Amino acid sequence: MTAAIQLNAVEKRFGNVGIIRDLNLSVARGERHAIIGPNGAGKSTTFNLISGHIKPTSGEIRLNGEVTSGLRPFEINRRGLSRSFQVTNVFARMTVWENVRCAVLWATGHRYAFWKNVDNLPEVKQRTAQILDDIHLSHRRDVPAGLLTYAEQRELEIGITIAGGASVIMLDEPTAGMSHAETERAVALIRRLTEGRTLVIVEHDMSVVFGLADRISVLVYGHIIASGTPEEIRGNPKVKEAYLGEEID
Amino acid sequence: MSNAATPASAVTKQEPGGAVSFYGVWLLAAIALVVLPLVFSSGGSLTSFSLIGIAIIFALSYNILLGQTGLLSFGHAVQYGLGGFLAVHVMNAVASHNWPIPLPVIPLVGGLGGMAFALLVGWVMTKRAGTVFAMISLGIGELVASSSLILRSVFGGESGITTDRTALMPLFGWTFGPQIQVYYLIAFWVMVSAIAMYALTRTPLGRICNAVRDNPERVEFIGYDPHVVRYLAYMFAGFFAGIAGGLTAINFEIANSAYLGATQSGLVLFSAFIGGTAYFFGPILGAILVTYLQLGLTSVTSVWQLYFGVIFIGIVMFAPGGIAGILMKHRPLIRAGTLRSVIPSYLVAAIPTLALALGIILTIETVARFSGGDVINLLGIPFVATAPTTWAAAAVLLVGGFLVARITWRRVAEAWDRAATVARDRGYLA
Repeated sequence: MTAAIQLNAVEKRFGNVGIIRDLNLSVARGERHAIIGPNGAGKSTTFNLISGHIKPTSGEIRLNGEVTSGLRPFEINRRGLSRSFQVTNVFARMTVWENVRCAVLWATGHRYAFWKNVDNLPEVKQRTAQILDDIHLSHRRDVPAGLLTYAEQRELEIGITIAGGASVIMLDEPTAGMSHAETERAVALIRRLTEGRTLVIVEHDMSVVFGLADRISVLVYGHIIASGTPEEIRGNPKVKEAYLGEEID
Repeated sequence: MSNAATPASAVTKQEPGGAVSFYGVWLLAAIALVVLPLVFSSGGSLTSFSLIGIAIIFALSYNILLGQTGLLSFGHAVQYGLGGFLAVHVMNAVASHNWPIPLPVIPLVGGLGGMAFALLVGWVMTKRAGTVFAMISLGIGELVASSSLILRSVFGGESGITTDRTALMPLFGWTFGPQIQVYYLIAFWVMVSAIAMYALTRTPLGRICNAVRDNPERVEFIGYDPHVVRYLAYMFAGFFAGIAGGLTAINFEIANSAYLGATQSGLVLFSAFIGGTAYFFGPILGAILVTYLQLGLTSVTSVWQLYFGVIFIGIVMFAPGGIAGILMKHRPLIRAGTLRSVIPSYLVAAIPTLALALGIILTIETVARFSGGDVINLLGIPFVATAPTTWAAAAVLLVGGFLVARITWRRVAEAWDRAATVARDRGYLA
């Protein structure tokens, strides 16, 4: 079976500075894969490369076997990959309902239609309501996204990301800045919503990583130094060295 | 989070008869357009209504860009003017060949003209939003406006190109010679265009335009190319601007280079902004006010543009949501029944604000008429521009009005906060 995401010898340089060096990564379909590493290791850059936000200097990225390096973000999204952002990135002046609905429109085939009433699309309506229900924001549906609490915005961020029904979901630090209780809630939410899909997650909270991930890759200075099951990563001396005594369990 | 949920859920309260009131608004608008010339039947008011109607279409078309897609254009008159020129050329061709095309179809030709130009230049223009788009729109505007003076065969140079709207085949006995018939033609296109533009906001494309306005980066990650979205919005805006231009050509029976220029582009930006770009009906209010002021002020003062400038600065600084924004801010208070507690403070604030306004007017007119001009007639009181008493009166009104107004508006803000808190508690404000 082809991998959901495959990175072959990917490099990214900004000027003379190599941010990502010889990056090889394989994420199997249906797997929950966490990318961890110290600050500045290139985790977000890796996300940006896979999602098309930035283009690799060299190397090849494949999504479900198809080469996607060089494609624009929306082209990659249409091929079944959706991502969230570390810094909340919603449509601030639009309501919660509109936010999620916008994310449903392309996937339901309505594209740039200007001859259909957007309120009269049963499938869109039903799917939007379902997502709002899933992210527990139904009661806030008519509130502008910019007025939500931080935790609610993070949930909306996840809602927008999954709304299109992408087979590969990438979440960039979904629990950053959350309290312990909120984190637990968010993890349960992520676990439930990504059921049967491929999940790639960047996360600093090790309890989240080890609780959620089937496999973990450790990124240090733009290079993956280890990739394996949580047990393998825990016992890996190179990982321990990279984290210099930091607890990773 | 659950405690925040309780009041907010009331915001979603279903309004009974929402659909009835929705269609009611359009029906009322249609009735108003039909009845208006019967109530105010003088030639002057007919001309004003015709111009206001055209301005409404133009301002609404502008808001497809600014309010809905977040594109600040300084050259929207290009599509308007080109629509007007195409309409004139087609009218002349139709008349000389005796083609069976009636006049009411001509605005559509203008629309297609505006859209065709948008199709041509739009792809390059809409590649980026923000400053890049604003600058290119300014450049294209200047380019076309100056071309219109050079390419005489197409644009007729300084004098423009004239036409005769009565030379086309009559429709149901209407020759469109009398202004009242032209008014109804314009009113018809105002209704059609306004409904079409409103419908556009309710489509998938319309909603994605809003998303592009709010966050073009994120739009790319939900499957949409913001460039395509902006391009489509630009074409629709061009289409409706062209309709307005076509109607202007019919109304004046001429198209000239002034239609395409920066002044026209500035006026439409002004109308949309003053009316309020965040709501669909905002630009309608703005178009009515600006056209009315333009017609009214020119007969009262020679420096009417100065007043436009003062109003514009005032709106930008104190009410960036425009008239519609001010009105809609009151909606939750009306629903919660707390508006009454704010009104007294408004009335108190109105007095020094009025004094301030009079001070501004007196100052502007004194400066304008200092080196020769009529006596200033303010509320029936004559003021001589060269008299020190006039300067003193202006200074007292201006400074005194400002100082007192500042205090009273602070009171308004306090009363407002109290009323809003109650409204929030009752669940009418998120």
